[in-house]
Amino acid sequence: MSRRTTLKYAFAGIVAIALTLGVGWWRVDGPGAPEQTGLRPVALSEMEFRLSDHEGNDVGPETLIGRPTMVFFGFTYCPDVCPTTLSDISGWLDDLGEEAEEMNVVFITVDPARDTVEAMAEYVSYFHPLVRGWTGLEEEIARAAQGFRARYERVPTEGGDYTMNHTASVFLFDAEGRFTTMIDYHEPGEFAVPKIRRALNKET
Amino acid sequence: MTVVYGLMAALMFASSAAMPAIAGSEDVVVEDAWARASIGVNRPGAAYMTIRNTGDEAVTLTGIRTDLAMMPDIHQTSTNAEGVSSMAPAGEIEIAPGEAVWLEPGGLHAMLMRLQRPMAEGENFSMTLDFSDGGEITVEVPILGIAARGPEG
Ligand SMILES: [Cu+2]
Repeated sequence: MSRRTTLKYAFAGIVAIALTLGVGWWRVDGPGAPEQTGLRPVALSEMEFRLSDHEGNDVGPETLIGRPTMVFFGFTYCPDVCPTTLSDISGWLDDLGEEAEEMNVVFITVDPARDTVEAMAEYVSYFHPLVRGWTGLEEEIARAAQGFRARYERVPTEGGDYTMNHTASVFLFDAEGRFTTMIDYHEPGEFAVPKIRRALNKET
Repeated sequence: MTVVYGLMAALMFASSAAMPAIAGSEDVVVEDAWARASIGVNRPGAAYMTIRNTGDEAVTLTGIRTDLAMMPDIHQTSTNAEGVSSMAPAGEIEIAPGEAVWLEPGGLHAMLMRLQRPMAEGENFSMTLDFSDGGEITVEVPILGIAARGPEG
């Protein structure tokens, strides 16, 4: 092999390595990086979205600041996860009794096409009276979900209907609007209730 | 506690269809059946129960039927590492001898799509479970409130 050929190969090798590194960077840290998951929600004071509660009041993240807050994303056409979580939440609120009365409890729909203000009003009426239902324009729901780092996706089902995959964790914030922790889907009450207590009692 | 024995249930609630010959599935017992009430008929309903194989042969649940819903199916809910929940048809479910499968919130559920009438709290509906040996079991499912968390309410 001539010296020139060796150099050529060496150069090709360097180019290949550089390309690999470049592609690696593009995929991991660069514009091709997958959307980060498992991130904490930002503080409520840093979120921006406008929605309507189930009584038609204009609401946004600032509505929640001043009291400890519990937020859950779901949709009323959800047969299993959402009624289960809302009844878990209702049970935790019952356990906390008077302690929880100072709390904001919000169920935000990820399916505003079907979950109108009226649909939300009827749905939340079956759960603990503290639970508020929020809906609104699709873009505003998307902005809310982004702030909470919640994910959702519309999935077609048999027979032309659709369902929604969505983050099923319950997010907790202190009275200042700072994220404290989250309760995983179907987490037993003996873990969930102390977590809520911590959000309630956090010094502000 | 509601314990509905397959044979008894079939005799009590079976439609006009004659009972097929049954082998393994005659030893299947369904316990603690319950469902949530629905709001109207547009939203899918969900029912839960424990299906226990008390015999010494494996049985395979192949499907469910009910006149309450045009498209009933067993679904599996799962939650991934990022906390995102989704559900998908569970397919056929084999139950080993002496074992049981639990249809319960967050796991398996009988998904009742295309409701033919609203599911009203306090009422019952019948649901038939079909097994691969040709056997079937019909159970009466009590409808509890929307916020019910288990067979006790
Ligand atoms: Cu389902």
